[in-house]
Amino acid sequence: MSEKRKELVVSAIENGTVIDHIPSDKLFLVIKILGLDNFNKPVTFGSNLESKKIGQKGIIKVQGKFFQDHEIRKIALAAPKATLITIKNYEVVDKRRVELPDHIIGIVKCVNPKCITNNQNVTQRFNLLDKDDVKLHCHYCEKITKKENFEFL
Amino acid sequence: MENRSLISINDHTPEELIKILDLAEKFEEKPKQKILSDYVVATLFFEPSTRTRLSFESAANQLGARVIGFSDASNSSVQKGESLKDTILTVNQYSDIIIMRHPIEGSARFASEVASIPVVNAGDGANQHPTQCLLDLYSIRKTQGKLDNLNIALVGDLKYGRTVHSLTEAMCHFNATFHLVSPTELKLPSSVKRFIKEKNLEYHQYTDLMECIDKVDILYMTRIQRERFSDPIEYEKVKNYYILKNKMLENTKPNLRILHPLPRVNEINEDVDNNPKAYYFQQALNGVFVRQAILASILGADPVNK
Repeated sequence: MSEKRKELVVSAIENGTVIDHIPSDKLFLVIKILGLDNFNKPVTFGSNLESKKIGQKGIIKVQGKFFQDHEIRKIALAAPKATLITIKNYEVVDKRRVELPDHIIGIVKCVNPKCITNNQNVTQRFNLLDKDDVKLHCHYCEKITKKENFEFL
Repeated sequence: MENRSLISINDHTPEELIKILDLAEKFEEKPKQKILSDYVVATLFFEPSTRTRLSFESAANQLGARVIGFSDASNSSVQKGESLKDTILTVNQYSDIIIMRHPIEGSARFASEVASIPVVNAGDGANQHPTQCLLDLYSIRKTQGKLDNLNIALVGDLKYGRTVHSLTEAMCHFNATFHLVSPTELKLPSSVKRFIKEKNLEYHQYTDLMECIDKVDILYMTRIQRERFSDPIEYEKVKNYYILKNKMLENTKPNLRILHPLPRVNEINEDVDNNPKAYYFQQALNGVFVRQAILASILGADPVNK
């Protein structure tokens, strides 16, 4: 019961998705890269909430939205420990941790200004080098882009 | 390597690399043989080069292939704003293999994805230069009689020097010990160092060449490249950091050989040229045999026996 009350710190939704366990300092980044700042249905969010898992967390609840794979990959890059909860009729129907794919295509820019992807019309492609530290190895220029240098497209 | 592009040394197993070196030995014995007379080789040099382009063209010509291409992007439609993709798709229809040097990093990989014919990377910015790497390996094996368990000093611009990156990655296959000598500003990048760490190989970093010169089998000198610096003041600060002089070689190992991808500016004094340990001009000649081996291997032509 007490667990439930905590979840209700941010109001419940009928149908949609809850993105939980976002590091507080990544909350607004996640909102931005998912385009939720321009979304036309109710979006509620909380920051600096208490979390057993990660200390302090952010949470986003989006009414009437079920995220596609490419959006989930974006969330995973910005907040690798985030949980995605699918709500239908006020009930949790699915709950899972976002997962980083081995190949990341067209989500973030390569950090190397001399990379072909920053100079010609070529889609960014990376191999995931380090799942914990989120290091991306550019398929083209072979340079490593670290998470602190992520620039989302 | 038949029908495959050669883009990055990391795409290839040590066995594949050694196969190319063995083949290059056959071409060194008999460099002129018309086994590629049915082929057209395109050399697209978007950035200036003397040795790489001429040794590729010499390699192709000695094997009987015809060569088309350009040695300066300002003489091509790139000047008119053509994308790399369009240039490659066009040349693809005129030739059987593309040899390309381009200042943008990753351009060779991209070209190989656009082209239906094999692409050989002759240098993409500061990234990779696999044919130089193969000729370096060939020179190391030839002078040391082996590739395994060697002590190799890499000297100069370890940050931007693509030949250093490719060679380090390749030598990781052969249990090398690395002595990395550079100014602090030009240290080997972590993206390359990770190959050494992954294999748990020994490496040491120095700013003074004399600290390791007597320990090594191979002294690989590089030029500090003005064209890789966006800030000319940074270049002026480090350009004269390492100059190898003959008297510095006094206590070095008898089997030591000095390699340099050339061109040199002043980092090897001319008084070293006559020292029997100097090997850089023979190294440049080896480039022809190695590039013959690469062309023959990719195009699927066997060398004729003597």
